[in-house]
Amino acid sequence: MSTETVHPTYDYKVVRQFSIMTVVWGIFGMSVGVLIAAQLVWPQLNFDTAWLSFGRLRPLHTNAVIFAFGGSALFATSYYVVQRTCQTTLWGGWLVPFTFWGWQLVIVLAAITLPMGITSSKEYAELEWPIDILLALVWIAYLAVFIGTVHQRKTSHIYVGNWFYMAFIIVVAILHIVNSAVIPISLWKSYSIYPGTIDAMVQWWYGHNAVGFFLTAGFLGMMYYFVPKQSGRPIYSYRLSIVHFWALIATYIWAGGHHLHYTALPDWTQSVAMVMSIILLAPSWGGMINGMMTLSGAWHKLRTDPILRFLVVSLSFYGMSTFEGPMMAIKTVNALSHFTDWTIGHVHAGALGWVAMISIGSTYHMIPKVFGKPAMFSTKLINIHFWLATAGTVLYICAMWVNGILQGLMWRAVNEDGTLTYSFVEALEASHPGYFVRWMGGVLWVTGMLIMAFNTWQTVRSSKEATVDANPQAV
Amino acid sequence: MSPFWSAWISIITLGVIFGCTALLLKTRKGEVFKDATEETTGHTFDGIEELDNPLPSWWFQLFMGTVVFALVYLVLYPGLGNFKGVLNWTSTNQWEEEIQHANNVYAPVFAKYAALPSEELLKEENRAGLLMGQRMFANNCSVCHGTAATGAYGFPNLADKDWLYGGSADTIKHTITNGRTGSMPAWGSVLGEAGVRDMASYVLSLSGTADLDAEAIARAKPQFQALCIACHGSDGTGTQALGAPNLTDKIWLYGGSYEKIAHTIRTGRAGSMPAHKDLLSENKINLIAGYVYSLSNKDK
Repeated sequence: MSTETVHPTYDYKVVRQFSIMTVVWGIFGMSVGVLIAAQLVWPQLNFDTAWLSFGRLRPLHTNAVIFAFGGSALFATSYYVVQRTCQTTLWGGWLVPFTFWGWQLVIVLAAITLPMGITSSKEYAELEWPIDILLALVWIAYLAVFIGTVHQRKTSHIYVGNWFYMAFIIVVAILHIVNSAVIPISLWKSYSIYPGTIDAMVQWWYGHNAVGFFLTAGFLGMMYYFVPKQSGRPIYSYRLSIVHFWALIATYIWAGGHHLHYTALPDWTQSVAMVMSIILLAPSWGGMINGMMTLSGAWHKLRTDPILRFLVVSLSFYGMSTFEGPMMAIKTVNALSHFTDWTIGHVHAGALGWVAMISIGSTYHMIPKVFGKPAMFSTKLINIHFWLATAGTVLYICAMWVNGILQGLMWRAVNEDGTLTYSFVEALEASHPGYFVRWMGGVLWVTGMLIMAFNTWQTVRSSKEATVDANPQAV
Repeated sequence: MSPFWSAWISIITLGVIFGCTALLLKTRKGEVFKDATEETTGHTFDGIEELDNPLPSWWFQLFMGTVVFALVYLVLYPGLGNFKGVLNWTSTNQWEEEIQHANNVYAPVFAKYAALPSEELLKEENRAGLLMGQRMFANNCSVCHGTAATGAYGFPNLADKDWLYGGSADTIKHTITNGRTGSMPAWGSVLGEAGVRDMASYVLSLSGTADLDAEAIARAKPQFQALCIACHGSDGTGTQALGAPNLTDKIWLYGGSYEKIAHTIRTGRAGSMPAHKDLLSENKINLIAGYVYSLSNKDK
């Protein structure tokens, strides 16, 4: 299968911009993560400074890795994939650069306001209302550009990757707008329009679907293009992609209530969230199977192609964490796992193992193409990055599994008189070694990202020297 | 909820489950190839083709298995609107059963020590009870008072012999049961800033601190005698009935530096020990009080 380097009508400028920012925000977001992981090992590292404290930097970390790093990767790949699979240029004119600059502005505003303590206090939706409005405008522009581009496609069908990208963009628009509905009382303070338990349910409907649509559907769109492209194999099963696409988006939207097991949420809501979470297993695995089986027949390429390794390992972690998720949604399992580090480990199996790995693999595939180079500067450095990322992920999630199960068991252990065997602080002390291992995993990850930045810089720089007209603009 | 919403929930819940199942079965029925194939659908996107492979059968079975699980669960447990589920389970009755179970198992353990005076708990034969008190202290009290009961800023040390409200066994039990509200009024507006600083020097002098401004102490003394003695006593040794601390013993709840003391005088303090009578049974409070009592009476 040939991979065209240049097509006269593709608009690669915005793809290049978002690709570079993927690397930049990846380093930034993960570095903040390493800092707060270090604060859990050495609490003195908050230096008694409010804006350096864990409570303020943790939302900065999550926003930076999910929306800045992951978001930039989604923008870059979706703009790249939709043009190439629709054989057309981006629709929308000035809306396209608006999505880039608008998105960057949202991120910069987040990076300023969150350490200042300006927050709506809704997890993964901490930004205050003026930034939320800007974000909504950017997102609607994104939706318009994507759908406009699909509409003017030269192909008869819409490629499966684009179904996932479209589902991701549409649902995230709905989630963001509904969950961010507030009554402002000043420029930087507002209150949710939803009362009590309903607010919690809306928040976790948003929160879990941020995982389901932002971090799963969007990245499945990425997977459906870059896995067959990098391996040179056809997609394994078109039928499977139809069933798992519709089943995935139909059931994910119900699953948020499993974040509120054994709370004031009505019993029926918890039950429905739990059964939908379990049904979600097969549709989730459908994507993994389609990716993995696409690679069958190309396994030998894994020996020489570290980009393919990133993609394969990301699918493995995807399969693992989408098995773990439904299990943790079962009430009896959740009773042990909830509020422990197991949840953090589960999230990072998905966030590092799946989201970051597939983004990095895809970015390595895409950067030479959009900058008009035959390949990345160094395949060896990609390979080193791969091993750092894999080792970092394994250290991270193993540490959090051990900590999580340890905490869950210590918290529920009782003496013969019914008193708790361990005080909270004893479980915290027992978690200390795990926090250290987790921090080391994070350090490996950031090291890998710095290597990626160097590799990217070298690739981009040499293309400039080559003065190849590799970036023709759309007319 | 109203019958409409109940039906609404049931219909969309089952609609999604059966809808997914129908799509799964229909797609499977329409399969052209029953085994792995290299035939494509004929679509090509940027060079990517799509094979027409059948759904993997183990995956199909997994999917059907989760659907069956879901339907069985929704029959057994509340989920479909107002339908309660045939097991009649609710999270409330699960909680009640667990509490009932715990009470049945553990109440006799505590009952053994119900009438035991705290003083008796120090005896070797009651060591098991003391240990229970210690555990309950760790579970319920250590967040503020520390695991060793040595206190923290704003939270009194319970292991020394200095007591705000008195250290008899009965007083300790009363404090735990009903809580305490400590209130030191703010004197900043009464004394003025200069007066506050003078008073801080005077208060420090009560515990024998050297190198203080003698003139400031002299200026503050009549003010102390006028404003502070009602609670802290004319010699500054405090009044336990009011929870007014002894100012002469170098033990400070909110810090003993000049600036901290000035701040306390200027803006006042409000301490709060929550009442535990609704949180812990009388028998449990008895054991915790005994443990706290033991900390400062070990040598008896």
